[in-house]
Amino acid sequence: MIYLLLILFLGGGLAWASERWNPQAPRWVALAVVSFALLYLVVAVARLPVEQFSLLPAASQPDTWLAHTRFDWMPRFGIHFELAMDGLSLTLVALTLLLGLIALSASWSEIDQRTGFFQANLLWSLTGVVGVFMALDLFLFFVFYEVMLVPMYLLIAIWGHEARSYASMKFFIFTQASGLLMLVSIVVLAYQHALQTGSFSFSYFDLLDNRLDPALAFWVMLGFFLAFTVKLPGFPFHTWLPDAHTQAPTAGSVLLAGILLKTGAYGLLRFAIPLFPDAAAEFAPVAMALGAAGIIYGAVLAFAQSDFKRLVAYSSVSHMGFVLLGLYAWNSLAVQGAIVQMVAHGLSTAALFMIAGSLQQRMHTRDMSRMGGLWLNAPRMGACALFFTMASLGLPGLGNFVAEFLVLLGLFQVAPRMAVIAAVGLVTGAVYSLIMLQRSFQGPGDLERTVPDYGRRELATMLLMVALLIWLGVNPQPLLELTQPAVDSLLPGAAP
Amino acid sequence: MSGVNWWSIAPLLVLSGGAVLLMLVVSARRDTGLAWITTVLVLAAAALSCLGARQAIPQAVTPLLLADGYALFFSALFTSCGLVTVIVAREYLAQRVGQNEEFFLLLLLSTLGASTLAYANHFASLLLGMELLGVSLYALIGYPDRLELPLEAAIKYLVLSAAASATFLFGFALLYAAVGTLDYPGIGRALASEDSPVLLAAAAMIVAGLGYKLSAVPFHMWTPDVYQGAPAPIAGFLAAVSKGAIFAALLRWWMASGLYDLPGLLTLVALVAGASMLVGNLLALLQDNIKRMLAYSSIAHMGYLLIVLVACGLAPNPDLAKEAAIYYLVAYTVTNLAAFTLLGLLSRASGAIELDSLDDMNGLFWRQPGLSLLFTVALLSLAGIPLTAGFIGKFYLFSAGVAGSLWGLLALLVIGSAIGVFYYLRVIYRMTLAGEAHPAHVEQPGWAARLTCYGLVLAMLYLGILPGPLMDMLRTIL
Repeated sequence: MIYLLLILFLGGGLAWASERWNPQAPRWVALAVVSFALLYLVVAVARLPVEQFSLLPAASQPDTWLAHTRFDWMPRFGIHFELAMDGLSLTLVALTLLLGLIALSASWSEIDQRTGFFQANLLWSLTGVVGVFMALDLFLFFVFYEVMLVPMYLLIAIWGHEARSYASMKFFIFTQASGLLMLVSIVVLAYQHALQTGSFSFSYFDLLDNRLDPALAFWVMLGFFLAFTVKLPGFPFHTWLPDAHTQAPTAGSVLLAGILLKTGAYGLLRFAIPLFPDAAAEFAPVAMALGAAGIIYGAVLAFAQSDFKRLVAYSSVSHMGFVLLGLYAWNSLAVQGAIVQMVAHGLSTAALFMIAGSLQQRMHTRDMSRMGGLWLNAPRMGACALFFTMASLGLPGLGNFVAEFLVLLGLFQVAPRMAVIAAVGLVTGAVYSLIMLQRSFQGPGDLERTVPDYGRRELATMLLMVALLIWLGVNPQPLLELTQPAVDSLLPGAAP
Repeated sequence: MSGVNWWSIAPLLVLSGGAVLLMLVVSARRDTGLAWITTVLVLAAAALSCLGARQAIPQAVTPLLLADGYALFFSALFTSCGLVTVIVAREYLAQRVGQNEEFFLLLLLSTLGASTLAYANHFASLLLGMELLGVSLYALIGYPDRLELPLEAAIKYLVLSAAASATFLFGFALLYAAVGTLDYPGIGRALASEDSPVLLAAAAMIVAGLGYKLSAVPFHMWTPDVYQGAPAPIAGFLAAVSKGAIFAALLRWWMASGLYDLPGLLTLVALVAGASMLVGNLLALLQDNIKRMLAYSSIAHMGYLLIVLVACGLAPNPDLAKEAAIYYLVAYTVTNLAAFTLLGLLSRASGAIELDSLDDMNGLFWRQPGLSLLFTVALLSLAGIPLTAGFIGKFYLFSAGVAGSLWGLLALLVIGSAIGVFYYLRVIYRMTLAGEAHPAHVEQPGWAARLTCYGLVLAMLYLGILPGPLMDMLRTIL
């Protein structure tokens, strides 16, 4: 799996270098690199025996994982370069690469300055995210988690919109500061391991066996929780998100919303809860309350926005509330729901950001009061917007519905009141989504205005996402089966 | 003394001999190029001699010097840093004041002082090394003697150093009155056996004196002015080598005398560390001059480093803390040197003024990709972003802090780092700005300087990505 990282990382360098040769070259190089990485992943996975997918990934047996690599990195601290992949990682890595392609398509004609460096940063942030989803050594995980910020920061800071300096800085500081708290927690865990066994270890499996004093476990868990909730983002740590999403170039928003947020959810699911099952259970009511608050708060704020991108950004806060709820409900149904939500939200929000980006490119504004009736000018774009708005508000038959339904179902068994609040969120979701559609695409139009409709490249990208969301909505079973063993191994003792 | 003895202090001998040689060379023929190449050769020979000296350690050379892995390691580090400074200084001086031979001589002497500090095992050699380092630095800081800022900086540094020396000399006197010895192990034995308030007062005064030189809060006032006034390569030398050497000396004294067993002193150092982190980071936010910003950032970094001294006392095993201190010191030294190398190379064609304001950084990324890569990596390393030396250093600090359960100081470290990100990133942001071409035309530096730049980038990345070998080495020299 290390080759996947190498392909993306070196591809980034290649894309940068190819700019000297021709300013058009970097995007083709990047396209080739991401496609090749995707192909590599597909081929590698296709060559695995079918039984491998139903095995429960166990700590001590590397061959129960879909892929596993491990070698020494810093023996002094028991740090290994350990990558592994189970169904959950595979899903998210595939999503990352797919959204990488989509981001590439979104930036195809939007970025005409310093294209080489842009594509390099795009590929490097993909490298970081793929690393996050595969790292099983906590030190390595942290390295990827932090390193992916730098290319993302540059994407926003160099190619962002008017307030990019403020937005990129806020994004970086929020994530970095909370990340450092997580680093303290990681070090405490490793040190506790050293106290118990005599040697440092940052290996996920070793640390799972740590027996911690409950009071200490609570604080350490809080470090992880804060880092991941800032990233997710959960209410009330979400304030960086609307700024970063709004100011980022389209490709940056697509990556941010589509996959960077998922690293927070993934971190909660893989680390924050399983490492401290008791402390997490104790903390679950608070986390769920934050999730429910996020759903409602995000929805209300989304409703109040006049900026198209900002509205979508707040809707992310609302949707991520479902993920938080699903994860802390901590049963198989709800966790599966949260995973489906990660994928579905990744696709639908990426598409909405792409639409926002195309509108900005064509009309030089994101202000919905200056839009209206765009359907007349650009019917294909309008149809796409309609579709993804419906997906986002949870129309049955599309991926997001499956996700939210599963979360609510699982949640109801644990905390019925929370489920009721979250269900109210579905209604508010419909309100802001429909308002958004109405203010931009519906209403009285202006035929004089020239808003070019989608071309072939954009339409193909959109249709790809449409197809995936429908597939996810109609037949989510393959995805559920793929992630089931991983979920089972994370949830010891929980009934499927 | 036997033959082996001489080998064990080989770096000091090479540097002293080199200084004499350079003096002779300069008196025979005034030629900057010749002086430069002599200095480079002497420093390289001194750095290499550390390798040769390895088989002669550990060895006490008179009660004053202790030749061990620690001493050789730091001597190698400081001579290499001296080498970088000399290379950058040549570029920097090329278009400035006429006679520059003495500049190299002074640099050689101050490197000798720094190496002496690495060996010091007695207050006499500590004082010797510190004065050698300090006196050469006054002259170096004020070397552009027609300009106002460098002279002001030199005077400031002189006055401050005098005050610092007075403080710790008084501390020495008190200590000697109390225990009757000035060598570190002897002081340690005395500390263990008796508990007198005079000892605490003496130790506090000496730490305060060293704190001046390290620019820890509240002894930090001079730092930004001196950094700003000093020629960029010298400011880099001051930040990297002078502070590094003094911290190395402090660390040795701290460990050898078991000072961490004095609870009062620990509290004092913890307060100074916390204040340095806060004040350094907060004031760095307000700066729009890069050198002043780096000055305040170095105050903050000294605060981070002082955490380690506290951790020595509170952790069950001080070895981890000591390792952390050395690693952090190496990372800090290399990173600061890299940052000032950029400033030195950037300012070499700008006449009397230096290009060190935030505005001068605008669009640097597109004008000077090579130099700005160096600066970007240095800034990321200062901010402690993974894959750079600074991150591993910070990781070590976290480990040492956790081992000593220093939650308060760790919280300040996290807050400080978060603030730090802001002012380091601000510079990176300025560098990425697209826009008007900068008036000052900067041509490519010479091959030696370019090689040095690449070397520094590689060093920072190597220490950040593959720290294993250095970690292992640190365990062997402890």
